Amino acid sequence: MSDPPEFLKGNEALAYGALRAGLTAFYGYPITPSSEIPETLAAAFGRPSYPRFRVFLQAASELEAINLAIGSAATGARTMTATSGPGFSLKQEGISYAAAMELPLLIVNVNRAGPGLGNLGPEQSDYFQATRGGGHGGYRTIVLAPDSVAEMARMPSLAFALAFRYRTPVIVLADAFLGQLKEDLELPEVAAEAVETPWAVTGALGRERHVLASIHLELADQNRHSRHLQEKFATIGRLEQRAEDVATDDADVVIVAYGICARIARAAVVALRDRGCKVGLLRPISLAPFPRDRIDDLVLSGVRRFLVLELNHGQMVDDVQLAVAGRAEVRSVTEVGGLLPSMAALGAAVESMSDRPASFVDAEEVDA
Amino acid sequence: MSAVLRYETKLGELPTLTGTPTHYCAGCEHGTLTRLLASAVDARGARERAVLVSSVGCSVLAHEYLNLDAVQAPHGRAPAVMAGIKRVRPDLLVFGVQGDGDAVSIGLLELMNAANRGEPISIFLVNNAIYGMTGGQMAPTTPPGMVTTTTPAGRDVASTGRPIDATKLLLGLEGPSYIRRVFLPVAPTSSPDTFNARGALEGEAAIRHAFETQERGGFSFVEFVSTCWVNWKVSILESKRYAARVLAPLFPPGLYRDRFGVEGR
Repeated sequence: MSDPPEFLKGNEALAYGALRAGLTAFYGYPITPSSEIPETLAAAFGRPSYPRFRVFLQAASELEAINLAIGSAATGARTMTATSGPGFSLKQEGISYAAAMELPLLIVNVNRAGPGLGNLGPEQSDYFQATRGGGHGGYRTIVLAPDSVAEMARMPSLAFALAFRYRTPVIVLADAFLGQLKEDLELPEVAAEAVETPWAVTGALGRERHVLASIHLELADQNRHSRHLQEKFATIGRLEQRAEDVATDDADVVIVAYGICARIARAAVVALRDRGCKVGLLRPISLAPFPRDRIDDLVLSGVRRFLVLELNHGQMVDDVQLAVAGRAEVRSVTEVGGLLPSMAALGAAVESMSDRPASFVDAEEVDA
Repeated sequence: MSAVLRYETKLGELPTLTGTPTHYCAGCEHGTLTRLLASAVDARGARERAVLVSSVGCSVLAHEYLNLDAVQAPHGRAPAVMAGIKRVRPDLLVFGVQGDGDAVSIGLLELMNAANRGEPISIFLVNNAIYGMTGGQMAPTTPPGMVTTTTPAGRDVASTGRPIDATKLLLGLEGPSYIRRVFLPVAPTSSPDTFNARGALEGEAAIRHAFETQERGGFSFVEFVSTCWVNWKVSILESKRYAARVLAPLFPPGLYRDRFGVEGR
């Protein structure tokens, strides 16, 4: 079978991207709107073009999937699981264990609308659950947010690189729109640099044994381990912030948006610039660590108005507020339920901010 | 004190034992099983290609005592973790120790599905009919009428159901290749003050057969009927008598399946 046509759904692109990044083991449980990921991988399984892809298994539950993934990740294998909101909740126990045991592991969440069963439309309402460490105990993970089908394909490579560099679970947080959107793209080259995994559980052949456990019954041991995890995430926070700037150089207003909202905002920036409105876009690519340094740069360069566009009741706006720290106005524009904000509503919100003198009032809610 | 030190030294003699004194209560079959597992791994010469998966419950610290590469699984998920290791590393001997609460209650889905797929792993279930680590609550295996901290008037099967027989559940699946149940405690004899230790010998043989089955590509499961005198709130010797009188009829020991005929070899 030849390579796929390069006009793919986001979910399909992500699956091929993972294969080209050296995916070894995949476990998943069907859930809309992410099921094209296991389906694409099932179709590719056994193809000579992906010799490193050695394990595909449909699990009996989301819990089984994340724990199968924990087992494979413990051996140092490049391991991925994929799901959507309700399944992401079920995986949180396993993600907490993986974070505690410092396992490199890729978890994809194609965010649908919620809470509860919700619907199959796009939302970004799992932002807090993803970026705050959604399970029990204090931990963080790295969270990456693509905004195009091409970036869905590129993201697994970056995610695996970070997962192995820092020995941590990495979450790719997409949304139902990106998962289902079809676009032209160029698939990334097959590339997966060999990674040393001197910690892996592989049988203690001629070496000291390796134990991957999250239990630390001595309080001082848990204290030391928790501090170690915190320090690791602080390092990640310094070194791994990622964001894209679009026309922010002379902007009066900067929209902050990721995923499908960033696509809407890109179009809005072009349309509003045509009308003489000095607006730019800051697109966080890493949601965790949040690109607070870029926000800080923008504030220091004189931006006094930020507009945060997201598909939830206002979650990332908290991170923007923390980065702005009262030095600029931050406004939240939201949409929920699987609907997308209209360009007109976004444009009106930007123009209303742009027309007024800069104030330092905290977030005002604006219905999109 | 000197007796304890001699005991530790003796434990350390097996390459697969770390020699760390266990947290298991005196008279608990977890301690017996630890020794039997180490012995079976060493008999196979498998210490450097074996991976232990410990679970949640009294077996949570099994990796402290068995000198092997190890992963400690979330509660009930050990079969999935084992399968995830084995799928990418079929060359490894992968086994786990679970309790009855872990395997038969919160982890039943993981156990049944790993078994149904015939994952070539070995699962050793310590069935002591109670939640030991959390302090003596009702387990899925608790006999009718047994007093536990959550069934103070005795287990009422009309409300909480009958005990679940994990061995027979697995027997309903085609996937498993080797299923055996062993009565592990020292067993009362016709003389009131005499007990026999045949269970330990049978237990070690069962572990060796389970490993043999795994290395022939089959799923193996051994259930060890065990005791928990601390949480049953009886003396050690009375716990052995209770196990023989109540648990053995409820969970009959024996060979339930041996698809590869490993016991006849």
